[in-house]
Amino acid sequence: MTNAADFDRSVCPTPRQDHERVLLGHGSGGRLSADLVGRVFLPEFGNEVLSALEDAATLTIDPRGEATRDQANRIAFTTDSFVVKPLFFPGGDIGKLAVHGTVNDLAVSGAQPLYLSAAFILEEGFQIDPLRRIVRSMRQACAAAGVALVTGDTKVVDRGKGDQIFITTTGIGVHRVDRDLSIHNARPGDAVIVSGTIGDHGITIMSTREGIEFETALESDTAPLNGLVEAMLEACPTIRAMRDPTRGGVSSTLNELAVASHVGIVLDEASLPVKPAVHSACEMLGLDPLYVANEGKLIAVVPGDRAEPLVEVMRRHPLGRDAAVIGRVVSEHPAMVVLRNAIGGQRVVSLLAGEQLPRIC
Amino acid sequence: MCLGIPGKIVQTYREHDVLMGKVDFGGIFKLVCLSLTPEAEVGRYVVVHVGFALQVIDETEANKVFEFLQYMDDLGELDDGGPDEEMEIQP
Amino acid sequence: MRYQQEYRDPAAARKLQHAIAEITTRPWSIMEVCGGQTHTIVRYGIDELLPEKIQLVHGPGCPVCVTPLELIDKAIEIASRDDVIFCSFGDMLRVPGSHRDLFDVKAAGGDVRVVYSPLDALKIADQNPNRTVVFFAVGFETTAPANAMAVWQAKRRHIDNFAVLVSHVLVPPAMEAILSSPTNRVQGFLGAGHVCSVMGYEEYEPLAEKYHLPIVVTGFEPIDLLEGIYRCVRMLEQGRVGVDNQYARAVRRGGSPSARGLMDDVFQVSDRKWRGIGVIPRSGYRLREEYQRFDAEHRFSVEQLQVRESETCLSGMILQGTRKPSECPAFGRECTPEHPLGATMVSSEGACAAYYHHGRFREATAMES
Repeated sequence: MTNAADFDRSVCPTPRQDHERVLLGHGSGGRLSADLVGRVFLPEFGNEVLSALEDAATLTIDPRGEATRDQANRIAFTTDSFVVKPLFFPGGDIGKLAVHGTVNDLAVSGAQPLYLSAAFILEEGFQIDPLRRIVRSMRQACAAAGVALVTGDTKVVDRGKGDQIFITTTGIGVHRVDRDLSIHNARPGDAVIVSGTIGDHGITIMSTREGIEFETALESDTAPLNGLVEAMLEACPTIRAMRDPTRGGVSSTLNELAVASHVGIVLDEASLPVKPAVHSACEMLGLDPLYVANEGKLIAVVPGDRAEPLVEVMRRHPLGRDAAVIGRVVSEHPAMVVLRNAIGGQRVVSLLAGEQLPRIC
Repeated sequence: MCLGIPGKIVQTYREHDVLMGKVDFGGIFKLVCLSLTPEAEVGRYVVVHVGFALQVIDETEANKVFEFLQYMDDLGELDDGGPDEEMEIQP
Repeated sequence: MRYQQEYRDPAAARKLQHAIAEITTRPWSIMEVCGGQTHTIVRYGIDELLPEKIQLVHGPGCPVCVTPLELIDKAIEIASRDDVIFCSFGDMLRVPGSHRDLFDVKAAGGDVRVVYSPLDALKIADQNPNRTVVFFAVGFETTAPANAMAVWQAKRRHIDNFAVLVSHVLVPPAMEAILSSPTNRVQGFLGAGHVCSVMGYEEYEPLAEKYHLPIVVTGFEPIDLLEGIYRCVRMLEQGRVGVDNQYARAVRRGGSPSARGLMDDVFQVSDRKWRGIGVIPRSGYRLREEYQRFDAEHRFSVEQLQVRESETCLSGMILQGTRKPSECPAFGRECTPEHPLGATMVSSEGACAAYYHHGRFREATAMES
C-alpha cells in the first residue's frame, strides 16, 4: 500500500477576520473583550480618564478649580454588570458577586468604597422568592463590606428576552490624598503578589455547567477585599498597583499591567497558589488556572524589597492566608508576561483568545 | 491529542446495563464509563479520556522509569561507560 | 494527582536530559505524532533541553486541525437548523469554516452546546425527544470507542433523535503518508500514547520494518517525553529498528480488546480527507450500514457545499513536518489564534498555536540580544 499524500497541493482555511455579531467570547475578559472595547467603545467615548482603563476611574470633585492636589476631593467611580449561571452556587450567588465586584474594583484602586447603586433587569416570570434571597444576600454583602446601597432601578423584560436576572452595580469611593495606585506604575525590580489561590470561582461555576458538570467541594472565593486592601496599604504605602483578576483570570490582569506600564513580567509556575482540586479540574478539562476567573483575589505590584513583609501582613488577614509572591517585573520583553516552569521551559502567557472552553486534545 | 487524565475509581455501578464508575481526579469526582476496562475495580487507577476509562494503569510499569533513573544515579556518572545492555529498560 | 505529578519532577527531567545528551552523536529528526505531546514539549520547553543535534518535528496529531473544511461547513449547516441541538467538544467551535465558525452559528441563534463526553450528548438527546441532537464525532483512535459507545447505546436504547457527524481519522496511515512522501525527513517516531492505549502497537511493527526506523510509543508528561526521546535516540544511534513502548503503564501490545471490539462493531475503515494534507486511503472511520440512521450526513443530506480554502499559509507542510511554524511568512502576523489562517493555529494543540503561545518569548528575547 502506498499512501503518499500530495503535500504540495495542500491548502489552508480562509481566515475568520471579523465576527459580524457579538460572541460570548467578547465577554470573556480576554483579547476579544479588549478588541470590542478598543474598536467600538474607546473611539466614541475615549477621554483621559476612561482611556487609562483602570478598574475604577479617579475623578476630582473641584467645581471651582481651586483645590490644590493635596486637598482635592478625589473619588473613585466604577460600574460592573453581573450575569452568572447558576444564580446560586457554592460559596455565593449573583447578588453577592454584584456587591463584591464593585466594592473590589474601588478597593484595588486604593479607594475606600462608600456608596453603591444597583440596577436590576428582571425577566418576566422570574420568581419572587429567589429574587428576595438575592436581595437579602446583597444587603448582607453591603453590611459586611461597610458600604451603603443608596439608589437603584428595576426593569422587567419579556419572558425569553433575559435570563432570569441581570444586575448592574455602580460604586463610589474616596481616595486618600497620599495614595496613587495605577496599573501604569509597575517598574523593573518590583514584585508581583497574589492574595490567595487562583481559579476557585471559575472552576466552581464550571462544575455546574450542563455537559461538563463534576462533583467537587470547591467554593467560589467571592469576598469583599476592601479590608485586606486597607491592611496592605497601612503596612506598605508604596504599593504601586492593585487589581482584582476576575474574568480572564490572572493572565488578563498581568497582561494589562505589562502593557500599561511597558514592562515585562516573569512568573514562577511553582509559586502560583492553586488548590489541588482546581489543578485537577484544569488538567481534566484542558484549561489553565491562569485564565480562570477569581472573585475574591487581588494582584499587587510592590517594590521588590517590600514584598516579603507585605506578604506576611497579608497572611494574617483571613482573605490573604495563601498570599504569595508569584513573579517579578523586569525591563526585558516589555508588554509580555512569561511563565517559567520548574523543568526549565518558559512560555508566554498571552491574553485569553476567546471563551475558555474544555478541550479533548 | 487525546487528553487523558489518571484518576482513582472510588465506586462502580451499572447504568443502562453499562459498567460505570465514579472516579476521583485529585479532589474532583466525575462519572466515567468503565465498559472499555471491564477489569477495572475500586481502588485502581485508570486513564480517562472524554468520560471513558481507556486503560487500567499498571503500577509496576509506572515505576520503571524511576527505577531506571535510580539505577543511573547508582552508576554515579552516566559517562563512566557501563555496558549498554545494563541500561536497557525495554519491556 | 498521582501518576501525573511525579512525571513532572525537575530532577528526573534533568537526569534524562543528561542521558540524552550523553548518547547523541549525530543529528536526528524525530516526529512526535500527537498534538498532546507537542503541547507538553512547548509548554515545558522540552525542545530547549535537547542537544542541538536533535530536532523535534511536530506531526499531524490534532483531530481539530485535520478535520476537513467540507465537514466543518456541514457542521455549521446542520447546527444552524432550528430542529437541531448541536453538541461538540469545546475546541471544535473555533475552527473556521468557509465563511463562519460554530461560535457565529451560536451567536446567530443556533443551539450549539459544549459537552465533555459523547455520552453527555446522548443524555441531552434522551431529555429532548422532540429535537435532533447531533454530536460532532471527531477524533483519533483514542476518541473512537467513546463515540462508538454513544452510537451503540443510542441504537440499543432506541434514542432515535441522536445522530453523529463523523470525522474520525487514524494514525498509522498518516504516519505512512508522511514516511512515503518524497520530502520526508522523519527518522524516528514518538508514537501517540493514548491512541495505543486503545489500539495497541502491533500495527506499528510492520511500519517500522518497512520504513526501517524506530517507533517509541510515548506518554504525555515531561518525563514521558524525555524518556521517549531517550529511547528513540538510543535506537537511532544503535541503528535499531522496531517498536518500543515507553508508556507501558497505560499501553499493552494488543491495546484494549473491549474498545477495539466496540469500534469494530460500529465503525468501518474508509478513506478520509485530512485538512491541509488531502485524501489518505483507509485513514479514517465511518459508521457501518447497521448504524446508518445515526449518521448525520445521511439524515440531513447536506448539499455539496462550496468550500473556500485560501492558499496563503503553510499549514499543510507544517502538519507534515517539513516546515516549522516560524518559517511561515504569515505566522504571528496575519495569522494568530484569534484570526487563524491555518488549521494548525486553530486548535490549542496545533503546532502553530503551541508555538505562538509558548514560543513568542524566545523570539522576543532573541530580538533583544
